[in-house]
Amino acid sequence: MGTYLRRTILWYGGLGLLGASVLRNLALPPAYLAHVVREIEIMGVRSVGVALVAAVFTGMVFALQSAVNMARFGAEAYVGPVTALAILRELGPVLTAILVGGKVASGITAELGSMKVTEQIDALRTLGVNYVKRLIVPRLLAALVVFPLLTVLADGVGVLGGLVIMFLERGADPWTYWNVTTYWVLPRDFLMGVGKSFFFGGVVTLIGCYNGLATEGGTEGLGRATTATVVHVTMGVIVADFFLTKLFLFLLW
Amino acid sequence: MSANLVEVVDVVKAFDGHQVLRGLSFSARKGETLVVMGGSGSGKTVLLRLIAGLLRPDRGRITVFGRSIERLSEEELLPIRRRMGYVFQGAALFDSLTVYENVAYPLREHTRMPEREIRDRVLQSLARVGLDGQVLSLLPAELSGGMRKRVGIARALIAEPEIMLFDEPTAGLDPTNARLVSELIREVQAGVCDTSLVVTHDLDLARTVADRVAVLIGGRFAALGPRDQVLETDEPAVRAFLAGEAR
Repeated sequence: MGTYLRRTILWYGGLGLLGASVLRNLALPPAYLAHVVREIEIMGVRSVGVALVAAVFTGMVFALQSAVNMARFGAEAYVGPVTALAILRELGPVLTAILVGGKVASGITAELGSMKVTEQIDALRTLGVNYVKRLIVPRLLAALVVFPLLTVLADGVGVLGGLVIMFLERGADPWTYWNVTTYWVLPRDFLMGVGKSFFFGGVVTLIGCYNGLATEGGTEGLGRATTATVVHVTMGVIVADFFLTKLFLFLLW
Repeated sequence: MSANLVEVVDVVKAFDGHQVLRGLSFSARKGETLVVMGGSGSGKTVLLRLIAGLLRPDRGRITVFGRSIERLSEEELLPIRRRMGYVFQGAALFDSLTVYENVAYPLREHTRMPEREIRDRVLQSLARVGLDGQVLSLLPAELSGGMRKRVGIARALIAEPEIMLFDEPTAGLDPTNARLVSELIREVQAGVCDTSLVVTHDLDLARTVADRVAVLIGGRFAALGPRDQVLETDEPAVRAFLAGEAR
């Protein structure tokens, strides 16, 4: 129990220190902007499929389940706004962060962990290179671009999935569905989800980087670190979502 | 400035409660090659990492280029490290970069040198370690252990550091490559950097390159002095180590 507690405190402390170091090193030299663009491609372009497939099926399932159950008390007309609100406020940003975040962060952990165990990070340091600027900050800046963009796409596709399935399965009129949805859904619902995605992108990337840098114990340790990242990212997003929801309700409601 | 480029005073370093270095003190003078010998796990690599600022001592003082480094932040250490070259035991080449990109890395990071000049310097640095332009486009995974080590040395030398730190430079090399690396360390001392610190358990390497030798046993120097004096010492622990009879 004592060892577990100590490890947990050290993990949170280490994550906090890395976060502080990232803040100190946010200003990148112009030559490093190419690394940011490269990371945007790795994180974003290669994750679009995962984010969109998850969003469209979630939108369809949510709309179907809502329609069946809301029809029992005559509220099927409100399936559109209920689905859109759920997707824009929660499901879009959270699912994107968990799925894309798990993929991206475990990849970062594997890459940095491998560099750590083969002393490549130490080699960078001995060459007088600021490894936080070179390895961490470009990934973090890329995540701050990629996660909100993917969330916006997931939002759109998720809402569209709900509309299509309601038309095909329940015979809903698409124009009425769309009009009722846009009547009840406000810009702040959209902003709340996108706002969360900035935080999720930052948290997920920081966790991936920290677990990579903290990797010890060769290839076995690398496997452990990568697995831990998936768990940490999932838990981190779910827990952060609660506090972000409270914060945004306070700020935007 | 003092003629000592590196000064280590009463340094203690422990891992998980086990003291690896127990109050170590020495200095490395400008113009000399100091070889630190010791068995596996004796703390030789830890000592090099402390001098490069990759680790912090639990106690004691480490001065490099006249500046005390043990409390400096990572950012403050960077300009000091740019004046040093570090050759890792496993070469630590960047595995996603070619040989050319690996060796050119310090110049691309820290200078605004035109690419043509960088290319000339890379070829020059590779030639110094006995490699030609044919390896430029190879990835580290395509190189033999000896070639990897030589590329690691070329990368460390390209920025012409004032201090070179070699971690087991001949470990895992065949006799030909080991001799080549030994000669290279001597050449480096003669023409590139001011001071070299070499940690090794290779007695032949020590005989070839050392001006002074230190023998690390039990976290302390059992002997430290001119090469011949240490290698011919009567001190029983040192003799046992050098004869390969230490337990």
